[in-house]
Amino acid sequence: MVTFFIRRTIGAALMLFVVSISTFLIFFGLPRLAGATPETFAARYLSRTADAHAQQVFAEKLGFYDPLWLQYWNWIKAVFVGTDYDYGTGIEHCAAPCFGYSFRTNHAVWDDLVDRLPVTVSLTVGASILWLLTGVAVGVLSALRKGSFFDRAAMTGALAGVSLPPYFTGLMFLYFFSYQFDLTAPGGTYVNFTDDPGEWAYSLILPWITLAMLNAAAYARFTRAGMLDTMGEDFIRTARAKGLHERVVVTKHGLRAALTPIITIFGLDVGLLLGGAILTESTFGLKGLGYFAIDAINKQDFPQIMGVTMFAAFFVVVANLIVDMLYAVVDPRVRLS
Amino acid sequence: MNTVISPRQDPTARSFLELRDLKIHFPTDDGVVKSVDGLTFSLERGKTLGIVGESGSGKSVSSLGILGIYHRGNAKVSGEIWLDGQELVGASPETVRGLRGKRMAMIFQDPLSAMHPYYTVGDQIIEAYRVHHKVSKKVARKHAIDLLARVGIPQPDRRVDDYPHQFSGGMRQRAMIAMALSCDPELLIADEPTTALDVTVQAQILDLMRDLQQEFNSALIIITHDLGVTAELADDVLVMYGGKCIEYGTATEIFENPEHPYTWGLLGSMPRLDQPVTERLLPIKGTPPSLINVPSGCAFHPRCAFDGRTDGASDTVVPELQLTGTSGHRVRCHMPAHVRQQIWLNEIKPTLEGTGGLAVADMSALPSASEEHSEETA
Repeated sequence: MVTFFIRRTIGAALMLFVVSISTFLIFFGLPRLAGATPETFAARYLSRTADAHAQQVFAEKLGFYDPLWLQYWNWIKAVFVGTDYDYGTGIEHCAAPCFGYSFRTNHAVWDDLVDRLPVTVSLTVGASILWLLTGVAVGVLSALRKGSFFDRAAMTGALAGVSLPPYFTGLMFLYFFSYQFDLTAPGGTYVNFTDDPGEWAYSLILPWITLAMLNAAAYARFTRAGMLDTMGEDFIRTARAKGLHERVVVTKHGLRAALTPIITIFGLDVGLLLGGAILTESTFGLKGLGYFAIDAINKQDFPQIMGVTMFAAFFVVVANLIVDMLYAVVDPRVRLS
Repeated sequence: MNTVISPRQDPTARSFLELRDLKIHFPTDDGVVKSVDGLTFSLERGKTLGIVGESGSGKSVSSLGILGIYHRGNAKVSGEIWLDGQELVGASPETVRGLRGKRMAMIFQDPLSAMHPYYTVGDQIIEAYRVHHKVSKKVARKHAIDLLARVGIPQPDRRVDDYPHQFSGGMRQRAMIAMALSCDPELLIADEPTTALDVTVQAQILDLMRDLQQEFNSALIIITHDLGVTAELADDVLVMYGGKCIEYGTATEIFENPEHPYTWGLLGSMPRLDQPVTERLLPIKGTPPSLINVPSGCAFHPRCAFDGRTDGASDTVVPELQLTGTSGHRVRCHMPAHVRQQIWLNEIKPTLEGTGGLAVADMSALPSASEEHSEETA
């Protein structure tokens, strides 16, 4: 069991390493193939009026003349131990984890990311609880009443839920609930949970529902399929033959087995969302990581893009790791292999 | 059909288990699946009934029907099931549930898939015991360990915390038996209990079941396609085909004087170790009938080598299950009893014993219709 965990943790670290190399190469390796020079890299940090000499000086200071591997090493080192930037006007210390500074705002990327994180975490946690509960509940009921009116209605609804993009449902919700009926926040607001939990929930309820709808629909379908499979298993027949109450058969024997694959997708989905729910955040004007990423991409702010990419990759890999470990706890057969 | 039929006993006395004209039909979009179509038999405590037939003959469905495990919304069940004076078909699901596992229990075919992979063997036995007995976990655990020891699992106090995948096939089947026995059931149904096991383990499991049956004095129903198992354990044998009983009698009668061509076919496709090896085994030609579209008349007639000797009755009239001989032996066949007996004595028996091959020559060597590894449609 312990070796299993250690092995998986090492695997996760390796995965992050590979992601970091890829990210680095995309932004500092590939442009060179396309003809970018150290000077053009440096030019991004300078105003448009800066002359060639200034660019050379800056490229030297930022290490763009170094070989690629050394640049990568410095980038990674900064993440773990921090680094010092010499801007000529003075030396600025960037404490670990250092992802550099934005081209435009000169804010440390890490500080920006940490600033945005609570919004994304709030959105993800609320929505994921919502979709997990409703999705699984609907899926189980549908499976148990297969072919019934409820089943058909729920599965049609689920199909609609999967198909409708959040910028459509989100806007519809905003239009009706916020602007017509004046029930919910009009969007673009976010209040910290620690400041006012009521306001926090009020401002997030529509994004939660929008995001949850998308996933709840998928989860309802997964759960239904899983439950139908499981309830046809031999061990369910055994459970019935023992004289167990049907309630126990469904929950303890059926659902327990059917939920295992759900854990996997749930972990991955949550990990993915922690890296930013781009569509939902944009729709509701929530300044989370997704919004941050889109903004950085639009402005071609490389340090920010790289930072948010690594941040998102980190969440996905960690979520994967947690799922693997949960799996071993849930399914005793995994522990051996 | 309301008279109790049994090859063994006084028909007026009420037996421990009685089925009267049990029918289990499943209406589907393609038609009605008549999985069990009028099954009648009785069984005493301490006795063993072997139900024999190919896959899809309705064996497993009838046993699940006795336990009341069928889809309530789906299955149409009629007839009567009497367990120790209590009628089960008309009883509430809750009543039947209370009996299930307690007074009647079942041992399933493949113990790996029949046990929940996420719970330890001990937990599953404890669960079975505690549904019907209000005892502490500790007491139930002690009981589970005792049971595991009783069915011959070494170091039961340690193995009780193992998961099913940590057991070998034979051990799992023992654990399965322990689970079924947890509440001392009076009726034990074993559905292909040895099919998934290798031959040496099969013998051990059969021995174990015989011992336990004597110890608990329970009524035992063995469902199998393996006549060897039946010969080993059963007092009575019931041969099913197409959802119906086609031959029913004491084991001696069925093995010594079988009268139905299908039973002959089963006997001919069984490997025998007590006879000299002479020729290939003789499979029954054709495949078992679909239970939606059971052949008209005698369900076996498309595969029957003696189809022509019934003056055409076999494909139009469903034969009755009629008494033959004196010992309660019943057969569902159009041929008159004396013709059947003559065919058996002159044409079939000599072939089986390896002294000639006359009539069975026209049973072609098509791919075997036996069901070694196919699944039962339950």
